[in-house]
Amino acid sequence: MQRKPVVSLLFFFLIAFLPLSVLAQEDMHLKEIAPGVEGEQGVKEEIKEYIDHHLLDSHDFSLFSYTKDNGEHVYVGFPLPVILWDDGLKVFSSSKLHHGEAVAEAGGNYYKSYHNKIYRTNAEGDINLDDHHHPTNVKPLDFSITKNVFTILIVGLLMLWMFSSMAKSYKKGALPKGMGRFLEPIVLYIRDDIAIPNIGKKHYKRYMSFLLTIFFFIWIINLLGLTPLGVNVTNNIAVTFALALLTFLITNFTANKSYWGHIFWMPGVPKLMRIVLAPIELLGIFIKPFSLLIRLYANITAGHIVLMSIIGLMFIFKNWIGSSLSFGLAFALALLELLVAALQAYIFTMLSALYFGQAVEEHDDH
Amino acid sequence: MDKLINEFSVGLFFWQLLLFVGLVLLLRKFAWKPILDSVEKRESGIEDALQAAENAKLEMQNLQADNEKLLNEARAERETMLKEARELKAKMIADAEGDAQAKANKMIEQAQAAIESEKKSAMAELKGQVASLSLEIAEKVVKDELSSKDKQMELVESMLGDAKLN
Repeated sequence: MQRKPVVSLLFFFLIAFLPLSVLAQEDMHLKEIAPGVEGEQGVKEEIKEYIDHHLLDSHDFSLFSYTKDNGEHVYVGFPLPVILWDDGLKVFSSSKLHHGEAVAEAGGNYYKSYHNKIYRTNAEGDINLDDHHHPTNVKPLDFSITKNVFTILIVGLLMLWMFSSMAKSYKKGALPKGMGRFLEPIVLYIRDDIAIPNIGKKHYKRYMSFLLTIFFFIWIINLLGLTPLGVNVTNNIAVTFALALLTFLITNFTANKSYWGHIFWMPGVPKLMRIVLAPIELLGIFIKPFSLLIRLYANITAGHIVLMSIIGLMFIFKNWIGSSLSFGLAFALALLELLVAALQAYIFTMLSALYFGQAVEEHDDH
Repeated sequence: MDKLINEFSVGLFFWQLLLFVGLVLLLRKFAWKPILDSVEKRESGIEDALQAAENAKLEMQNLQADNEKLLNEARAERETMLKEARELKAKMIADAEGDAQAKANKMIEQAQAAIESEKKSAMAELKGQVASLSLEIAEKVVKDELSSKDKQMELVESMLGDAKLN
């Protein structure tokens, strides 16, 4: 029983390295489907396009795609519901969009996906581009269950299952069983080394639910980004913005008098300085969570871009020394990304705790 | 920056916010609260157990000290009891000896007194007999030897002289 978590962890890491081979295969197919461009320049373009595509959200959950001999694109995966708000709720399956190749009709309107964004078009599905290659078509409010939303939902369910079963195992005895054995030290670490030192023994309990959820959520979703599923939730600015917004709201809604006092009327400095400091401190309220959202977004995005670029190098070198070297490099980088996945979750949690701590800190000294 | 703003998906933001807040609330109810409560309960249980063990140890020490004290008291009591018994024995012996002596002395005294009285009575009897004998002798002397005065006198004197010897 005691070895089980270790074994499953190893299994997880093994899976984590599989994307290398899967992505490599995909790139190969991409090369084949671009008969127009030949040579090294063409491959480079494809790789760049592929990485750009990977970083975007999509309306269906496709694991990989290939092209048949007759030029037909085959996507392996499953469609997800598209939910649009465009003069009323429009719901249809993303299979209607055919990965941007077809026009979907819903409630009398026509929609087409262009670079993974849905635009309202005419019946022929024309996308009008302006001088900067931006579509000028009407963009309806898109509340679709996209690949990322679906992943968030799955991670949420996974966490609910993991931690409620862990909670249940406490009812049988003082020590957790199974997964809880592995998770409990992490939960205790967050409590004893992140929450209590930063927030203080008096107030930390209020913030524990948020800190624990955000740590495990970011960690698990970062790790999922390293799997062959090809999901990458935390490199969407909307996701990190939502998380940072929660930190911002919790910080400011639980802040005490002394916190606001230190922002608008800094004690212990001359009157003139207080006036100068107030706008700076006020700006700080927004900069702190903003740094959170940019840090997480940039780290994960950069990791994905660099990792995929190095994998792409294999197809540019096309010789056994260069390709194997870039494979080794990609392997080392994938290991590093595993660390980054946990590190970013830790940093986000740590800094959130720090901001909460500042909000409830009691200044008796002045 | 332009690209970032362009990429920002309101739908994803909405779902992330909704799902995450939901997740926090659900996990708080079904996971974090029970987990943290159980851990806290366990930790305080361990602390209490340690404290109890410490208390038990102290109590044990106290008990041992008490035992030692009791033992010492018992030992001292035994000593005093033995001492008292010994003293009692010595006293009893001494008393018995005294009594015996006194009794013996008394018996000796009584014997002496008896002897004395016997002696006195024997002396008195002897004196009586001596007196009657002397009277008989005197009668005989008077009868036989009162022929001459001189002889009488002589006889008297010699007889008196004999009597004195007694």
